[in-house]
Amino acid sequence: MTERRNTTSGVLAGVGLVAFIDETVFHQLLHWHHFYDKSTTDVGLVSDGLFHALGFFAVVSGLFLFADLRRRHSLNWARWIGGVLLGAGGFQLYDGLIQHKLMRLHQIRYQVDVIPYDVAWNVIAALMIGLGTVLTIRSRSGRAATVDT
Amino acid sequence: MIPEHLGGGPGLLETLGPLLALIGIAIYLGLALRGRQPGTRRRCGLWVAGSLAAVAAISGPLATAAETSYVAHMGGHVLLGMLAPLLLVLAAPVTLLLRTLPVSTARQLSHLLGSRPIRVLTEPVVAAVLSVGGLWVLYTTGLYSAMHHHRGLHLLVHVHLFIAGYLFTAAVISVDPMPHRRSFLHRSVVLVLALAAHDILAKHLYVHPPDGVLAPAAETGAMIMYYGGDVIDVAIMVVLGAGWYRVTRPRFRRPIRGAGPTLA
Repeated sequence: MTERRNTTSGVLAGVGLVAFIDETVFHQLLHWHHFYDKSTTDVGLVSDGLFHALGFFAVVSGLFLFADLRRRHSLNWARWIGGVLLGAGGFQLYDGLIQHKLMRLHQIRYQVDVIPYDVAWNVIAALMIGLGTVLTIRSRSGRAATVDT
Repeated sequence: MIPEHLGGGPGLLETLGPLLALIGIAIYLGLALRGRQPGTRRRCGLWVAGSLAAVAAISGPLATAAETSYVAHMGGHVLLGMLAPLLLVLAAPVTLLLRTLPVSTARQLSHLLGSRPIRVLTEPVVAAVLSVGGLWVLYTTGLYSAMHHHRGLHLLVHVHLFIAGYLFTAAVISVDPMPHRRSFLHRSVVLVLALAAHDILAKHLYVHPPDGVLAPAAETGAMIMYYGGDVIDVAIMVVLGAGWYRVTRPRFRRPIRGAGPTLA
C-alpha cells in the first residue's frame, strides 16, 4: 500500500515535472516548440489538451501525495525518485514519439535538422525509464529484494 | 473585428450587473460582520474581489472594448466565467447563509439545496458540460456573432457563462455543503477532462475563430483563453488537493500499522 503510494506520487510528480519543463523551457523561454503547427492533426490537439491538463493535475496531486507520505513518515526516497523517473521518462517518450512524430503536434525545433534533437529527446526518455525501473525494483522491501539479485 | 456592434445606451447587463453585485456585497458583509468567526475577513475579501472581477467583465472599459475586440472579450470571459466564480465560491456564501439565517429559513434553504434540480446541476459532470459545453456552442456556432446583434442574447450568454462557471467551480471544490458530494477522484477526473476540453477549444479557435475575427486577434484571444484557463484551473486543483490533504489527515498519533518499516 505505502510502496504503491510512493510510486504513484513519484510518477505523478514526474509527469508533471516534464510537462512543466516542456511548457516553460521549450515553449516559453526557448520558443523552440510552437503553440500550433500547420501540420497539427485533430487527434494531436485532443492529446495535447488532455496531457496539458493532466500535467498540471499530476504535479499538484503528486506533491499533495508526497506531503501525505511525509506526514505519515512513510516516504521512501529511492522508490519515490524511481517513480519520478518512470513518470518523467514515460511521458517524455510519449511526447517524443506519439505526439511529435505520429500526431505531428509540433516539432522539437524548427529550421534545423530535427533528427539529433529527436534522438536526444527519446534516448534521455529511455534512460529515465531504465533508471526508474532499476530504482523501483531495488527499493522493493523484504522478500522481493532478495529475489532479483 | 465585428462590423456592427450593439449601439445605443448601456444595456441591462451593464447597469443591472453592478447593481446586483453591490447588493450582493452589502448582504454578504452585513451577514458576515454580524457574527464574526475566524477567517471572516478573508472570506469578505474574497467575496468583494469576486464581485469586482465579475463587474469589471460586464461594465466599464473592458466590457466596452469587448463589444468590438475579440481579445478583450476573451479577457472578460476569463474574469466572468472563471476568476469571479472561483473567488465567490471560496467565500462560501451558502455556509454563511446557513449559519446566520433564522433556523426555519436556514432549514428551508437546506431543503432547497437538497432538491432534485440542484442535485442534478451540482453533479460535476453536468456542471462541466454546461460550462465548457456552453463555450463550444458559443464559439463554434453562429452564436458569437449573433450575440453582438441582439441584446437579449448578449445578456443570456453572459448570465450563462457566469452561473455555469460558478456551478462548475462549486461542484468541483465543494467548499460549501453539497447535497451529494462526489469523491475526490470523481471530481479530479471531471476537472482534468473539463480543462482538457477547454484547452482543445482554445487551440481549435486559434485557427478556426468565430466569424468576423481576424487571425492576429484570434491567435492572441486563443492564448488568453488557453493560459488564463490554466491559471484558474491550477488554482482550483490546489484548493481541491488541500481539501483532500485536510480530510485524509492521520487521526492517530502512533504510526499506522504497516506504514513504519519503509523509512529505515
